[in-house]
Amino acid sequence: MPQVFKPKANTLSWLIMAGIVVVPLAVALFGIVYEHSANATRVDLVRDQPVPFSHKHHVGDGGIDCRYCHSSVETSAVAGVPPTETCMTCHSELWTSAAMLAPVRRSLSANAPIRWTRVHDLPDYVYFDHSIHIAKGVGCTTCHGEVETMPLMRKAHTLTMGWCLDCHRAPEKYLRPLDRVFATDWSPPPDQITQGVRLVQAYHIEVDHLADCSVCHR
Amino acid sequence: MTPLLRFPPALACAALVCLPGCRQEMDVQPKLLPNGPASGFPQNAANRSLPAGTIARGDVVADDLAHAPPPVTLALVERGRQRFDVFCAPCHGRAGDGEGMIVERGFPKPPSYLETRLVAAPADHFFDVITYGYGAMYSYAARVPAADRWAIIAYVRALQVSQRADLAAKVTAGGPP
Repeated sequence: MPQVFKPKANTLSWLIMAGIVVVPLAVALFGIVYEHSANATRVDLVRDQPVPFSHKHHVGDGGIDCRYCHSSVETSAVAGVPPTETCMTCHSELWTSAAMLAPVRRSLSANAPIRWTRVHDLPDYVYFDHSIHIAKGVGCTTCHGEVETMPLMRKAHTLTMGWCLDCHRAPEKYLRPLDRVFATDWSPPPDQITQGVRLVQAYHIEVDHLADCSVCHR
Repeated sequence: MTPLLRFPPALACAALVCLPGCRQEMDVQPKLLPNGPASGFPQNAANRSLPAGTIARGDVVADDLAHAPPPVTLALVERGRQRFDVFCAPCHGRAGDGEGMIVERGFPKPPSYLETRLVAAPADHFFDVITYGYGAMYSYAARVPAADRWAIIAYVRALQVSQRADLAAKVTAGGPP
């Protein structure tokens, strides 16, 4: 009777045994690395937009406050994508024939909203609320980065759950005085932790419950 | 039998590789989100405008406010300054002189609040201008609720006083320098 297993079956069985251990590890490692890559988190990725709107031009150079356009940010869960009428508040007089702004004029005359591509898009099971963050001293730039320097909008942070929890577990690292929430030039002072701990108390933030599931998930 | 099916471990590994391809449907749920699309509705938008002839809850209160300016307090003036700097200063300038950044960029220059005509104008005039717009100025009713309009007007009055203050008279009268 001939041999059922030829010598190369030995090699193969070793390879398979090694593979059972190595391949899942490699896949898991790849998954972890990919999850944090810009490809998955879309950090710093500029998206195609109907109009190449520049926050640098409007906020950095023009000095327009965030709330001029995102007017519901203090009172509502959503900051509010401005209606076309808000654009036309100035652009009814400025750059009225610019080709770049043609989609804005079309939107106004057709009474059809401009379809922007969302840059900061959380999963639908996250119930993020802008107003509470504003009311408790989380500044715009803490999450959105230096928007006033961005010619085209991009995500400055991953917005992953781990990133959110970093602040929810230790908000004193990021909180600012309420009158500095919309300031684009704020940076943490040298005694940020001392200041932050004071602000956590002043704003009545219950850090013990800030990382509860139901704070963000329903 | 394909070689892959002959080795269950290889099959398991192949399945693992495919896992990241699974789309978690909870990420994008079949529900309407603010500012999102809504097929089947006019304009394909989840944000709906009011049907013609309806009054939104709270609008009647806002309408009452239009005829009842709140008492002027320091808190009201401070709220007014904050709202003024956000919504008015781009054109009217932080000092109310009509030299705002947008005017520098070519927007028609609005009148200065320090003009005699506007110093004499009743508060209602400013309220109406914010509500309905004036000349090149659009209505700010959607962005500045009635209570904030009164706050802004209180601050405009403060600007008018401070910008036209006669320092010498204050000093002789014993007021703060």
